[in-house]
Amino acid sequence: MSDKAKSIASKKTSRQDERLKEVSKLRLLLNRPELGAVGGAILVFIFFGIVAGDTGMFSAYGTLNFLDVSANLGIIAIAAAMLMIGGEFDLSIGSMIGFAGICIAIPAIYWGWPLWISIIFAFAMAVLVGYFNGILVVKTGLPSFIVTLAMLFILRGATLAITRLITGRTQVPGLRVLIENDPIAWMFATDTFKWLFTWLGSMNLIALRTDGTPLATGIPPSVIWFIAATLFATWILMKTRYGNWIFASGGDKNGATNVGVPVGRVKISLFIGTAVAATIFATIQVLDAGSADTMRGNLKELEAIAAAVVGGCLLTGGYGSAIGAAFGALIFGTVSMGIFYTDVDTDWFKVFLGAMMLIAVVFNNYIRKRVTESK
Amino acid sequence: MTENLIEFNNISKFFGKVIALKDVTMKLKKGEIMCLLGDNGAGKSTLIKTLAGVHKPDEGEIVIEGKKTVFDSPKDALDMGIGTVYQDLALVPLMSVTRNFFMGREPLKGLPFLKTFDIEKANQIAAERMGQIGIDVRDPSQAVGTMSGGERQCLAISRAIYFGAKVLVLDEPTSALGVHQASMVLKYVVKAASQGLAVILITHNVHHAYPVGNSFTVLNRGKSLGTFNKKDISREELLGMMAGGEELDKLEVELEEMNRINN
Repeated sequence: MSDKAKSIASKKTSRQDERLKEVSKLRLLLNRPELGAVGGAILVFIFFGIVAGDTGMFSAYGTLNFLDVSANLGIIAIAAAMLMIGGEFDLSIGSMIGFAGICIAIPAIYWGWPLWISIIFAFAMAVLVGYFNGILVVKTGLPSFIVTLAMLFILRGATLAITRLITGRTQVPGLRVLIENDPIAWMFATDTFKWLFTWLGSMNLIALRTDGTPLATGIPPSVIWFIAATLFATWILMKTRYGNWIFASGGDKNGATNVGVPVGRVKISLFIGTAVAATIFATIQVLDAGSADTMRGNLKELEAIAAAVVGGCLLTGGYGSAIGAAFGALIFGTVSMGIFYTDVDTDWFKVFLGAMMLIAVVFNNYIRKRVTESK
Repeated sequence: MTENLIEFNNISKFFGKVIALKDVTMKLKKGEIMCLLGDNGAGKSTLIKTLAGVHKPDEGEIVIEGKKTVFDSPKDALDMGIGTVYQDLALVPLMSVTRNFFMGREPLKGLPFLKTFDIEKANQIAAERMGQIGIDVRDPSQAVGTMSGGERQCLAISRAIYFGAKVLVLDEPTSALGVHQASMVLKYVVKAASQGLAVILITHNVHHAYPVGNSFTVLNRGKSLGTFNKKDISREELLGMMAGGEELDKLEVELEEMNRINN
């Protein structure tokens, strides 16, 4: 968005072109990959505003609820979108979430490591898994779909087997007591802006519990991470050299290589990105629940890819946006929570999810044609 | 008589037992357009890759501005001022003109450890450069996919020149283009040469090569059939040499034979 707007501005000052008028603001907007997702999100909000406006869905508590769900999905969707723009898939995101969870829980509970070391350990494992995925795809030239599908099974199986071997069960509880005074855990486990909610509560602007404290206590950490990830990813894609390399690697691998883009390194780093995002997701969830579960994150990779696609990423790579993926995640999160506030049976959620994806793919296909064949 | 900008002396390249190139010699001065003609399988691709530093010649030497040179990598060739524009152009249709122009060589700005892609500067240079060739990019952030084939070719050439090419190697720049688009590209090639670049134009289309070329080298089955100045050779002679004149003659005889039988 911004570089387009700026280029127009800079051209206006440097050289007035009589044909410039043809490129209206609207047209620029229509060519943005995230248009569909932003429009979709607005529609979703209008829909629930009408259907569930008076049910408490849009109260402070309800809003934070659906934002939390959206944010968790958004963190992995943004990383998945970056990787898709770079021309690859990662189907092992969901398994990585489960794996990262036990990488935190087992050392912390069974081996007596401080929680923060366990968290760093989980991130180190994520970098390894991402690097392995990436190097395998780059070196073998195999489709990432196959390589990461294998990793999906390997990681999930290893998570289950290792956990049962060490603990005898498939869940590791007891983490909550370790969070307090930990030098790192607060980053994944602290609600922020508590003062704001206390104040809103004292002014009787938001719902209170019977003891007088507000029902919604603060912005959950997932939302902060989500916003930070969106901004960071957008900055990388639009404003850095590395961002240009991501588009180039996904758009045309050979062309990019010929002009000196280190395609292999770019792709490997993006695989590391998805694994790290999965670990952020896992850390937030594990600390929130106080326990790790070997099945955590199941099928999340598909939701992440769906959100990225709804957000305007092309399956063929080279096109998409982080903001789009963020809005894609917002749509899914809002609908998955909002559906509870309506009379609609929640069984219909997946039907919606599928339909949404289909519409998005058709729409994106049309947009791509507009962008590339408008002459 | 000015010095040759670049010389390829007796270049040979073998792949196992296959002789891909044998004793090919080419010499170019500044401002000269040399057309390298040859049918499919004549060794054009091997020669281009040798020029671009992808292959190392097994025999012979490359001399640039009087100095003997060995290219160890495509980057070496680039650094020595050999700008190769491959047939696929190395352009990404989904990316903007600017992002393509600077792909892999983005201008940076900002703090030493936090450098960002200087998009304003890049946009400005890209629009300026395209304007110089007479391609009016209304908006340098428009996708390359919206440009015509000829414009894309010109963009790729312009990019090679901007990044310091002294010798332009163009691989079949007109092969996928219509008459109008091809003439646009050829006009630009002539203009580039007039500004002091040496151009090696690889093509199998004599009709595109003849009007713009100063000299013509014909490759056939890995061997050079010689280099001819424009005044010494006609279009038809070139065509005949390229296809292996005998073969065309043979075809003519066969066609006559068929006509005779049918009648």
